[in-house]
Amino acid sequence: MTDKPKIGVYICHCGINIASTVDVETVEEYALKLPNVEVARTYSYMCSDPGQALIKEDIKEQGLNRIVVASCSPRMHETTFRKAIQETGLNPYFLEMANIREQCSWVHEETEEATAKAKKLITASVAKVRLLEALESKEVDAEPAALVIGAGIAGIQAALDIADAGFKTYLVEKTPSVGGRMAQLDKTFPTLDCSACILTPKMVDCASHPNIELLSYSEVEEINGFIGNFDIKVRKKARYVDFDKCTGCGDCAKECRVADRFPSEFDQGMGNRSAIYLPFPQAVPAKYTIDPENCLYLKRGKCGKDPKCQEVCGAGAIDFDQQDEFVEFKVGAIIVATGFDPFNPSRKPEYGYDDYPNVITGMEMERLVSASGPTGGKVLINNGEEEIEPKEVAFIKCVGSRDESVGNEYCSRVCCMYTAKQAHLIREKLPDANIRIYYMDVRAFGKGYEEFYDRVRRENVRYIRGNPSEIFKRGNKLIVKAENTLTSTPVEDEVDLVVLGVGLEPRAEMREIMDLLRLSQSGDRFFLEAHPKLRPVDTATEGVYLAGCCQGPKDIPDTVAQAKGAASSAMIPLARGKVTIDAQVAEVNEATCRGCGFCVEICPYTAIEMVTVNRFGHEIEVARVNEALCKGCGSCSAACLSDSVQPKSFRDRQILPQIAALGVIK
Amino acid sequence: MSANNEPNIVAFLCNWCSYAGADLAGTSRVQYPSNINVIRVMCTGRINPLFVVNALQQGADGVLVSGCHPGDCHYMEGNYFARRRLGMLKDLLEYVGVDPRRFHMSWVSASEGHKWKEVVEKTVEDAREARSYEGFRRRQIDW
Repeated sequence: MTDKPKIGVYICHCGINIASTVDVETVEEYALKLPNVEVARTYSYMCSDPGQALIKEDIKEQGLNRIVVASCSPRMHETTFRKAIQETGLNPYFLEMANIREQCSWVHEETEEATAKAKKLITASVAKVRLLEALESKEVDAEPAALVIGAGIAGIQAALDIADAGFKTYLVEKTPSVGGRMAQLDKTFPTLDCSACILTPKMVDCASHPNIELLSYSEVEEINGFIGNFDIKVRKKARYVDFDKCTGCGDCAKECRVADRFPSEFDQGMGNRSAIYLPFPQAVPAKYTIDPENCLYLKRGKCGKDPKCQEVCGAGAIDFDQQDEFVEFKVGAIIVATGFDPFNPSRKPEYGYDDYPNVITGMEMERLVSASGPTGGKVLINNGEEEIEPKEVAFIKCVGSRDESVGNEYCSRVCCMYTAKQAHLIREKLPDANIRIYYMDVRAFGKGYEEFYDRVRRENVRYIRGNPSEIFKRGNKLIVKAENTLTSTPVEDEVDLVVLGVGLEPRAEMREIMDLLRLSQSGDRFFLEAHPKLRPVDTATEGVYLAGCCQGPKDIPDTVAQAKGAASSAMIPLARGKVTIDAQVAEVNEATCRGCGFCVEICPYTAIEMVTVNRFGHEIEVARVNEALCKGCGSCSAACLSDSVQPKSFRDRQILPQIAALGVIK
Repeated sequence: MSANNEPNIVAFLCNWCSYAGADLAGTSRVQYPSNINVIRVMCTGRINPLFVVNALQQGADGVLVSGCHPGDCHYMEGNYFARRRLGMLKDLLEYVGVDPRRFHMSWVSASEGHKWKEVVEKTVEDAREARSYEGFRRRQIDW
């Protein structure tokens, strides 16, 4: 690295994205005068093939050994240009980018200002690039296994794909059964497939697949490591039922002393379950679970003379002494498929969800119309006085979506269609009912959606444009107060049943997963993908991928498509069997290290250890970095009292000239 | 302070949150003052407090450090280290006579393009209003 730096500066027009605001020719002239700059060029699209060729030619012909590309964000094209440089035989880390698009031309309108700033940013890059060092990236083995968190349709599909490709897959589900939200649905729009009929086979497959280890009623406790080498610790919660002995016969639930006393989570609280329960008849695995919060024996240590379930269980599967177990394993990639929560309409008190039993949510409606639901599929509703078959039904859309007052500006993407589907199902069951749908807009964007919406309208379902302002009770009827905004007339409709088309929200407990995996949230609070368009299943943490509604509201086709995408991305390191470790890791100068160990304590990855070396005949302790574990954050460096530990490419001597360059030029 | 009276700000941004947030501001075409000059580091934990001092010595009128929200650090705890180190530095700067308005810390996530604009505007405004200081001798750069 004793060569004199010969720098090439390449300024991109990015069509007009940069060139319309930044005077690229002036910048080019300016760059040429900077120290060690041999070549400066501008080009319309530096990232294009001819643009890259320009750089490569100059490297070969002019003997350039350092490259500055002034274009878009390094988060966008750093790898593109690194590769291009590498093809010429130059070390790919002899590159520095000046972000004159996202952080210059796009945010400053004035040409004079933007041009001046572009000059500064390029100066800082030139100052740094001269001092960069050649780095070699290394490869380590990747564990050919994957972890999928969440076993709704997204998690199930992703796990099946990875397992089918021949890789071991651990599928971790928090609740006692796989299936997720889709299992709760009755029919699916727009084809009206029975949800259980298309989902159940997949649920069974994922439990019986030789490559899938299903960990139901389990939670991920710890995740350490990095792409290719994650160490996972999972807590298998005590079911108080011996998993191998339980036959799923259900005698225990029938005989439970508190049988059918507790709201069933699966039935959205519309039906009841016992303290020992199977969440729903098709649950996979078909093993019973005791709910420790409601079981008399577990709560009070006493249940009659002897617990009934224990008495009746022919298999002797009940085990009140069971403890949580921990399993540990290694995987190369992780897929997060933790799903969503339905919006809680208590936050829109004007709709009276907490006040009237005949105001229900869309999810509750699914259970109500489902043949396996609490009413056996009959649309029966308590209007506060008696159980009736509703004659007047109102649907309200966008409850908790597109609504700044509850902090959700986004569209939930499924409510328009599930409302239409439910209107259709009610029409099937109650041919004479009056069905109204209050809406802001109808968004029927998917394949076959518009056609389905048309069909529902033809089935005598009235669409009224205008979101209701209030719901209140008069006699034994509910009054829906709204304005028909197409005719500008106020309406007050008397109805028997109101169905709130509640939207989708991020999981309340998503924080736990965020902390485990270092994920971020986007503005809508769902998980943030690495790029909204081009890397929709990746995250900022390498080796961690997203599938389904945890990334944003989605219908089932999109969820399955994304799950398959996430599965194929996750399989890349698994199939390759190797992962490349970032070369920009920290390094200790053992000659100056004073062996204090501050860096060892501060490193969040335990990547630094103390080793004994011989310095001039004395055995002394110095710090040493394990490159496979180091992520290159540099926290150690700021703590080092002798500046001995330094992250490569972000060394003090590489950053200080940048500061100098930016500080002095006005 | 420069001749045209426009403060010159050096900003240290972490790669994962604030730098991405500033990129998002660009993608969303949010307009903000051009006085801000960004140096990208992988994590705010990398920022040696002396970088800030050095920037002021080199003639910056203000310094901004921005990283992931506490708890969201891509490297788990780097921003906690930064918060402690730089919080202490802020007190020290004030003690030695530097107007505290010349040094800001903020947490801007990758999805907060608009917050980035607000942070920049505030930093520039504060640096503009800050008392002049002669405590640091401006160094001659020799690169």
